[in-house]
Amino acid sequence: MSVTVRIPTPIRRVTNGEDRVAVDAETLQGVIQAMEDQYPGVKARLCDDQGEIRNFVNIYINGEDVRFLEGLGSSTKSGDEISIVPAVAGG
Amino acid sequence: MSHVKSLRCRGCGSDYPVEPLNVCEFCFGPLEVSYDYDSIARSVTRESIEKGPATMWRYDDFLPVDRKDAVDMGTGFTPLVRAKNLGRMLGLDRLYIKNDAVNPTYSFKDRPVSVTTTKALEFEFEVLACVSTGNLMGSVAAHGARAGMKTIVFFPASLEKGKIVGAAVYGPTLVALEGTYDDANRFCSELADNNRWAFVNINMRPYYAEGSKTLGYEVVEQLGWKAPDHCVVPAASGELHTKIWKGIQEMTDVGLIDRANTKMHLAQPEGSSPIVEAFRMGSKQVRPVKPDTIAKSLAIGNPAAGPFALETLAATGGTAVAALEEEIEEGIRLLAETEGIFTETAGGVVISGLRRLVNEGKIGRDEVTVAYVTGNGFKTIEVVEGNVRPVHSAPNLDSFEAAMEAHGA
Repeated sequence: MSVTVRIPTPIRRVTNGEDRVAVDAETLQGVIQAMEDQYPGVKARLCDDQGEIRNFVNIYINGEDVRFLEGLGSSTKSGDEISIVPAVAGG
Repeated sequence: MSHVKSLRCRGCGSDYPVEPLNVCEFCFGPLEVSYDYDSIARSVTRESIEKGPATMWRYDDFLPVDRKDAVDMGTGFTPLVRAKNLGRMLGLDRLYIKNDAVNPTYSFKDRPVSVTTTKALEFEFEVLACVSTGNLMGSVAAHGARAGMKTIVFFPASLEKGKIVGAAVYGPTLVALEGTYDDANRFCSELADNNRWAFVNINMRPYYAEGSKTLGYEVVEQLGWKAPDHCVVPAASGELHTKIWKGIQEMTDVGLIDRANTKMHLAQPEGSSPIVEAFRMGSKQVRPVKPDTIAKSLAIGNPAAGPFALETLAATGGTAVAALEEEIEEGIRLLAETEGIFTETAGGVVISGLRRLVNEGKIGRDEVTVAYVTGNGFKTIEVVEGNVRPVHSAPNLDSFEAAMEAHGA
C-alpha cells in the first residue's frame, strides 16, 4: 500500500488526466519528488523557485493542513491520503 | 455592454478565456476578471451612472455581465448613513455607516451572488452551489430560486439557526458538514472538481468576487463622487477588503474621480484573526489558524485572499485590527443604540475595530470615515438575546406601575 494523492483539475493535464496518483514516500517532500519523477512538471506547479509550497496551494494530509504539521517535512505513511487544494474565496 | 478582456492570474499574469475557471494551472494563483478600461472610460460618465437603476446594476460597465441579463432582486445602492451619534461618542465628525444589512437576503453577499448567478445562467449551469459561513448560502438559495436553478449549499453544522433557517426557506438542498468552515472548504473544493455545478465561490470565484467592488463605487458616488479618507471593512477571506479598494481605484482609473487616498483598514475577531496577525508581524504571508469566535461569518482560519488584503493594507496605509471577543456584542449594541442599525456579529467586529482605530490615533476627527456593516442582526440574535429583560405586567395600571418600579425603570 502507498500514499494516495488526489489531483485537482488544474494539474491533471500534467498527470495525463489521472485524478489519483499513488506514490511511496516518507515525507511530503518525498511525495512531491516521487510525483515529479512520474509526471515531470508537477513540482514547479506546487512549489516556488525556493522549493517552498506556493502561496496559493493548500496541501492536506488526511484532512489536516500541512502548515499545522511540519510543512514539507510532514511525515507520510502507507494509507495516507493527500489533497492538493487551491485557495477558495470566502463564504 | 461588457468590457471584459479575459481572466488573468493574480499570481503570474497568465491569461485565460472567460470560462468557469478559478485557478491558474501554472502557479495555482486565483484568476481575476480583466477589463478594457479605455473602453469603460469611453462609455461611462457620472451622469450615465446616475441615470441607472437604484441598485448595484447601475455600475454594470464594471461588471462581467450586462444588467439586461441580471438575476436581480434589487440588490445594492443601500443607504450610506451619516452617523452623528456614534461619531460624537467616538470623536469623529464625519463618520458614515454603509448599511449593507438591508439587501434582499440581508447581507452584502447578494452583490457577488447576483453577478455569479447571472454568469452561471450564461454558462448554462443548472445547479448553483456554495460553501458558506452563513450569509452566502441564504443569498445563493434565494438567487437560485429566482433563476429557476437547483441549489445545494454546504456549511459547517455549528452555524447560527437564523442563517440555516434563512437559507432553508428558499428550498435548497442543505448539507451540514462536521468541522470548521476551512474543513468544509477543502471538501467542497474537491467536490467542485467532480460535478458540473456553478460553485459560486470556487469555479465561479472570479465573477463572484467582482460583485463586491460595487460597495466601493456606491460609497464614492454617495459621498458626492469623492473617495473617503478611511474605510473599515470586516475580513474573513480578505476578498471584500481587496475588492472595495479595487472598486475605488477603478473609479480613478476611468476618470470618474481624480484621486483616492483612502486608507483601507480591516477588522477581524480576535478568535479568527490570521490576517491581523500577519500584519502585526510584517509578514506577506498568512499563517492559518483554527478559528474560535462568536463571529461565525468571519470564522475563516485559512483566508484565501489574505496575501492580497496585506498588499492592500500596505498600499493604502491601512491598519488591521482585532476586536476582542467580548467587544463584539458591545459593538453590536453600540451601533444599535446610537444609530438604530442592527448588525450581526461581523458588524460588531467592525464597530469595535473602528473604536480601536480611533483610540490608536489612526483616524483623525475631521476625516471622512466609512464603516461597512455587511450583515443583519436578525441572523445572529443568539449573541444579544441575553440582554432581553422585559417588564412583565398584567394589562392593568396597578400591575404595570408595580412592575415598572420593581424593574427600576
